[in-house]
Amino acid sequence: MSEKPKLALYWASSCGGCEIAVLGLHEKILNVAEAFDIVFWPCVMDFKYADVEAMDDDSIDVCLFNGAIRNDENARLAHLLRRKSKVMVAFGSCASGGSMPGLANFTDRDAMFDWIYHKSPTTDNPDGIVPMKHTDVPEGDLELPGFWHTVKTLAQVVPVDYFLPGCPPEASSIEMAVNAILTGQLPPPGSVIGPDVTVCDECPREKHEKKIKRFYRPYEIIPDPDTCLLEQGLFCAGIATRSGCGARCPQVGMGCRGCYGPNEGVVDHGAKILTGIASVLDAQTPEEVDAILDTLPDPAGYFYRFHLPDSLLRRRARANGEKIVAPASEAAGEPA
Amino acid sequence: MSDNGTFEPVIVGFLCNWCSYRAADLAGTSRMGYPATLRDIRIMCTGRLDPTFVLRALQKGADAVLIMGCHPGQCHYQEGNYKAIRRFVLLRRTLRQMGIDDARVQLHWASAAEGVRFAQTVARVTEEIKALGPLDWPHNWPNEDPYALQEANS
Ligand code: SF4
Ligand code: SF4
Ligand code: SF4
Ligand code: FES
Repeated sequence: MSEKPKLALYWASSCGGCEIAVLGLHEKILNVAEAFDIVFWPCVMDFKYADVEAMDDDSIDVCLFNGAIRNDENARLAHLLRRKSKVMVAFGSCASGGSMPGLANFTDRDAMFDWIYHKSPTTDNPDGIVPMKHTDVPEGDLELPGFWHTVKTLAQVVPVDYFLPGCPPEASSIEMAVNAILTGQLPPPGSVIGPDVTVCDECPREKHEKKIKRFYRPYEIIPDPDTCLLEQGLFCAGIATRSGCGARCPQVGMGCRGCYGPNEGVVDHGAKILTGIASVLDAQTPEEVDAILDTLPDPAGYFYRFHLPDSLLRRRARANGEKIVAPASEAAGEPA
Repeated sequence: MSDNGTFEPVIVGFLCNWCSYRAADLAGTSRMGYPATLRDIRIMCTGRLDPTFVLRALQKGADAVLIMGCHPGQCHYQEGNYKAIRRFVLLRRTLRQMGIDDARVQLHWASAAEGVRFAQTVARVTEEIKALGPLDWPHNWPNEDPYALQEANS
């Protein structure tokens, strides 16, 4: 084989958008194929897990891992690819912060299964069948990966060298990361690859003093095209979100949702967005503040849309203060 | 610590240097009795309170957080406690969605002369948290990763 560096790409609990983002490099994807020897990429080529298991440890130069960790299979591949890879990159917001699958941390496995397999209006499940980790069939034991209560980020499961944020990362961010890897011009391990400015810094909208009396949902008003959206009462997380996207959403009239995550040095993305949002409320008393907040449904969902598993609290408390106990049989389950 | 009879809550207090921290001093020097549940941290103004501090306290195992500062209109930096009100009310709504009872994060005022008010507030919050029981946040997620357990054992 050639001397080209070896590249692996994997999707764990992922929507597939990050894979499309890689393909979205268009003709530049050929440069990637040119520069790297792709040794594992189940989304687009046929590989088996056994192929990876057969590789020497540290034989993959770079692994781009997207998706959060929410079941035993995700964890199995995270540990396996970590062992086989020199550099592990948490690719996209799911792997970095939990992102969309991580919103499941507002509930838990039992409540989700109850809704999905029993209670939702579109469920047709007269026998009440629920997926089980083990099912006995005449042919033998069928096994499904154990499904976790709490979604985790990649770094909560294995050590991660670099983080590439974005849901999904923009082509320009991916190119920046690939070039940094190829030229060896990487920041210190543990870093986020990207600029440390906020979306506001890159947003061309005119900024004035922000004081708002209520929030609007995007469908309720047509915002002025040149003025800051937050000043007009539209939720925007750009005040506390790392840029790298070029402020794409506010440029087309949609408030930033926060997908590039917290900026350098920020511990809890949601707490920073919360602080910024609180500062624009034109209110003095708790009652006045509450009245404005009645127009902002689901604040936790806004603040932690992309970084709930990665936040300080990580998840919602279980109902009635009941503690989650990992079922001993499952925790001890036989990892293949 | 979780037996109902003997549960002594851990309450992290963020106290403004200019008022409530002095109220705490006054309560102490006047030998007023109040429960030894408060772990107080002095901040220069409630406006300095980053919500991250509150989340960190809960994440590290505090049962409650008590924020105390100057009465509205009496902040030494003019506007600090109004900032605190805005953050606090928004944080309270956010924490409700995380399943955390309102009683566990409270904002109160006590001037430097209000030692009694300070002591009574600590006593009242302590009773409320005793009734709620421990929060025990770190136990909300066990290790569910069989491969980590396997690696730890090998
Ligand atoms: S980061 Fe966004 S685009 Fe990528 S897998 Fe997750 S949800 Fe999909
Ligand atoms: S629209 Fe959003 S990103 Fe742009 S300046 Fe306003 S708050 Fe910042
Ligand atoms: S503006 Fe915000 S939500 Fe939109 S791409 Fe950029 S970081 Fe993501
Ligand atoms: S100085 Fe006490 S609350 Fe601002």
